[in-house]
Amino acid sequence: MSKNRGVVLYLHVHQPWRVRSYSVFDTATNHDYYDESDYQSDHNNERIFHKVADKSYRPMNTLLKKLLDKHPDFKVSLSITGTFIEQAELWDPSVLDDFRALVDTGRVEIVSETYYHSLAFFYSRSEFENQVEIHRQKIKSLFGVETTAFRNTELAYNDELAQWADDYGFKTILAEGWDPVLGWRSPNYVYRPEGTNNIKLLLKNYKLSDDLAFRFSNQGWSEWPLKSETYTSWVNDGLGDGQVLNLFMDYETFGEHQWEDTGIFGFFESFVSQWLSSPYNTFYTVTEAAEVHQPTDVVSMPDTVTWADAERDLTAWLGNDMQQEALRHLYSLESDILRSNDLALIADWRNLQTSDHVYYMCTKWFSDGDVHAYFSPYDSPYDAFLYYMNAIRDVRWRLMEYHRTGGLYG
Amino acid sequence: MNILMLGWELPPHNSGGLGVACYHMSKALALEGATIDFVVPYQARHETIDYMKIHHATKLSPLDRYGLNAYDHSSVEGISQSPHLRTMREVQREYTQYVEKMLETATPDVIHAHDWLTMEAGVRAKEITNKPLVVHVHATEYDRSGGVYGNPVVHEIEQHGLLLADRIIAVSEITKSIIVDKYNIPADKVEVVHNAFDPASMEDYEYDHKTYAYLEALKREGYTVVSVVTRLTLQKGLSQLLRAAARAIEKNDKLAFLIAGDGDQRDELIETSANLRISDKVFFTGFVRGREWRDAYSVSDVFVMSSISEPFGLAALEAAHHGNALIISKQSGVGEVLNNIFRYDYWDIDKLADQLVGIASSASLASALSEGVKQEYCKLSWSDVAKRCLSVFESKSGNLL
Repeated sequence: MSKNRGVVLYLHVHQPWRVRSYSVFDTATNHDYYDESDYQSDHNNERIFHKVADKSYRPMNTLLKKLLDKHPDFKVSLSITGTFIEQAELWDPSVLDDFRALVDTGRVEIVSETYYHSLAFFYSRSEFENQVEIHRQKIKSLFGVETTAFRNTELAYNDELAQWADDYGFKTILAEGWDPVLGWRSPNYVYRPEGTNNIKLLLKNYKLSDDLAFRFSNQGWSEWPLKSETYTSWVNDGLGDGQVLNLFMDYETFGEHQWEDTGIFGFFESFVSQWLSSPYNTFYTVTEAAEVHQPTDVVSMPDTVTWADAERDLTAWLGNDMQQEALRHLYSLESDILRSNDLALIADWRNLQTSDHVYYMCTKWFSDGDVHAYFSPYDSPYDAFLYYMNAIRDVRWRLMEYHRTGGLYG
Repeated sequence: MNILMLGWELPPHNSGGLGVACYHMSKALALEGATIDFVVPYQARHETIDYMKIHHATKLSPLDRYGLNAYDHSSVEGISQSPHLRTMREVQREYTQYVEKMLETATPDVIHAHDWLTMEAGVRAKEITNKPLVVHVHATEYDRSGGVYGNPVVHEIEQHGLLLADRIIAVSEITKSIIVDKYNIPADKVEVVHNAFDPASMEDYEYDHKTYAYLEALKREGYTVVSVVTRLTLQKGLSQLLRAAARAIEKNDKLAFLIAGDGDQRDELIETSANLRISDKVFFTGFVRGREWRDAYSVSDVFVMSSISEPFGLAALEAAHHGNALIISKQSGVGEVLNNIFRYDYWDIDKLADQLVGIASSASLASALSEGVKQEYCKLSWSDVAKRCLSVFESKSGNLL
C-alpha cells in the first residue's frame, strides 16, 4: 500500500481595512476612511495587525517552518489576501519574510482568490476577474510562484464559479463539503464540478475542520480538552478508505481565534507528527491532491454555498437590507470609478468591497450571532452601516469633485 | 412677587427644550420685577444667569445629565454612582427634602413647578406654606410614551400634582386637552400659555458650509434638504416620516433627509431606511450640540416636526429662524401659533409626502413658507409669556407685585 492517505491543510490569511468612525461630518471633507486616529480603537487597523501578528502570524509561521523542516511529507496551502499583504508591507514586512521562507521550501502552495477578499463574483464579472488577476500578479512578484488553485471569498461557491475557474485555467477549486449537497457522498474524495472539463473540486471536511476552528477551546464541548491522539484517530477514522481529508480554516485559528494558552500550537505540532507516524499517511497541497487523485463523481451546486453559519449561504453578508443597500450603492459606481484612472480612488473603492464590511452589518444574532459579535469591531451593525454609507458618499463626492463624473445620489 | 420655581434643568446643562423654556420664562419674569428662587437637582455653574438665585438640591454633577434626562425615564434606575442617589426617585426625594428645608426660612408668594419631575416637591411646598401651587405642563407622560398611558408611577405623580395644583399652565391647546381628557381635570383650571422664541439667543453665529459638506454639495445639484432635529424616540413619529420620505422620493428623487439626534429608536430607523431602500438619502448624525446643531438648521430647507404627541415643539421655531419652511404634525402644539406652515396628521404619510414633493418642486412655495413663518415667530415673545404667567399667579395669590 502506498503513502497516499492525505490530509490537505489549507489556511486563509486575511485582514480587512476596517472603516473608522466615519461620520456625516467627515463626508466630503476628509477622504481617509481607514485611518482611525485612536490607536486603542477596535477599528484601528494597525493596532489589530500588530496584535494578530504577535498572537498568530509570527508563532504559527515559526511552527509551520519547524514542521516543514522536520517532516519532509508535511505540506500546507495558504491563501493570502491583498489587503493583508498591504498591511504587512506597511507595518511589519518581517511577517511577509516569514511567509516567503515557507513558500521557498517548495511545499507550501499559494491559492488564488480576489485581491480584496470581495464578493465581486456576485456583482461584476469584470471587476471579479480584475481582482483575481491583481492578486495573481501580487503573489508572483512577492513569492515568485504561479497559482493553480482557486478559492472564492468565504468559500462562496456555485457551478458557475467552477465553470469560470475551469475556463480560466485553474486546476483545483475549493468549496464547503455540505451534506445537503453531497447526500450520501463523502467530502473525502476528489470531485469534478458540474459542467467542467479539467478542474477538480476539493471539499472541506467541516466536522474535523470546525473541531479546531470553532470548538477547540469551548469548555462546554463534550470533547474538551481535545487531545492530539484523539483528534488523530478521528482524522484517521474520518478518512477511512477515502482519498483526501480537507482541513480548511482561517489561518488566525492558530493563536487568534484559539489563543496560545488553549494549547493549540502544541496540539497541532503533535497532530502532524502523529499523523505522519503511519507509513500510509501524508499531506498534500491542494493542487497536488487533485493531481494525484482522479475524480470519483460529479458534484453540482447550482445555489451558492459558503463556509459560514448553520445555513452555509451568503446571508451573513447579504441577508439584510442594509447589507444589500451597501453593496448595491458600492457596485453601482464601478464604471465611473474605473474610468477615473484615479488610483487612490480606485483602491479606496475596492477596499470597500472586502466582505468583512457587510459581515459587520449582519443582524441575525439569534443562531449565529455570537460568532459575528466576536468578529465585529463596531458597537452595532447599525454603526458599521452608517460609517460605510458615509464612505460611499465620499467616494461619490470625489468622483464628482475631481473627475466630474457620476452624481451624488445613489 | 416672590416665586419659588421648581425646575429640573437650565442651559447649558439641559437635555432639551424644558431647560430652554425655563430659562427664558424665568428671565422674562425677572424683567417683570419678580424675585425668583430656582431649584435644580444638580450642582453646576450657570454663568449666564444672574437675574435669579439658583439652588442646587443635590451634589450630583451635570455629568449625570443623561441619567437625569427630563424626557427619558427608562433610566429611572441606576443614574449615578452616588450611593444615596442611585435612582430618579431617590433624586426626587432628596430634591423635595431640600425644598422643605428651604421653606424653613423663605416664604414665596407662589410655587411654580415644572412637569412631573418636581410636582411632588411642589405639592409638599404648598402643604408647608399654604401658598398657591401653579403646575406648568411642558409635557405629560402621555406625550412621552407616544400616546399611551406610559409609566404608571409617573402617570400617578402627574395625576396627583394636577389634582392638587391651584392652577395649571399648559404650553398648548393640545396639552390642555390631554390634561382635561386623560387626567380628568376641569377645563377652567387650565390656562394655555404658548411658549415663545427669543431670536437674541440665536445671535452670534455664522453658518459653516463645511459642517455638512456633502449635503451642501447635494444642494448644488438641486437637492432639497429635509431635516428633523430631535430625540429619536417613538413620540417623534419618525417611522412615519421615513415612510413618507420613501413615498416622496418615488416622485422626486432629489430629496435628502437629515436626522439629527440620538435615541432608543435609532437602530430601528436605520433599518427602516434600508428596508425602504432609501438609506442613501437619509443622513444620521448622532447626537449634535453646538456648531453641528446650529448648522443642521442652516443646511436644511424644510423642517418637519413629525411628532405623534408634542406639547409645544420649540425646535420648529429655531428652524424657522434659520429660514426653513415648516411642516408640522397636527399633534404638535407649536402649530397652534403659526399659520404659514403645512400641517398633516402624523399618520398621514401620503399627505406628508405630497407636501414634501410640493416644496421640493417649487422654489416659490418654499420661500413663501419660510418668509411667511418668519413674520410669525417674531411676534411670539417671552415677555408676553411672563405677563400671562403673572396674571395666572395673581389670580390665585393675594400678595401682588
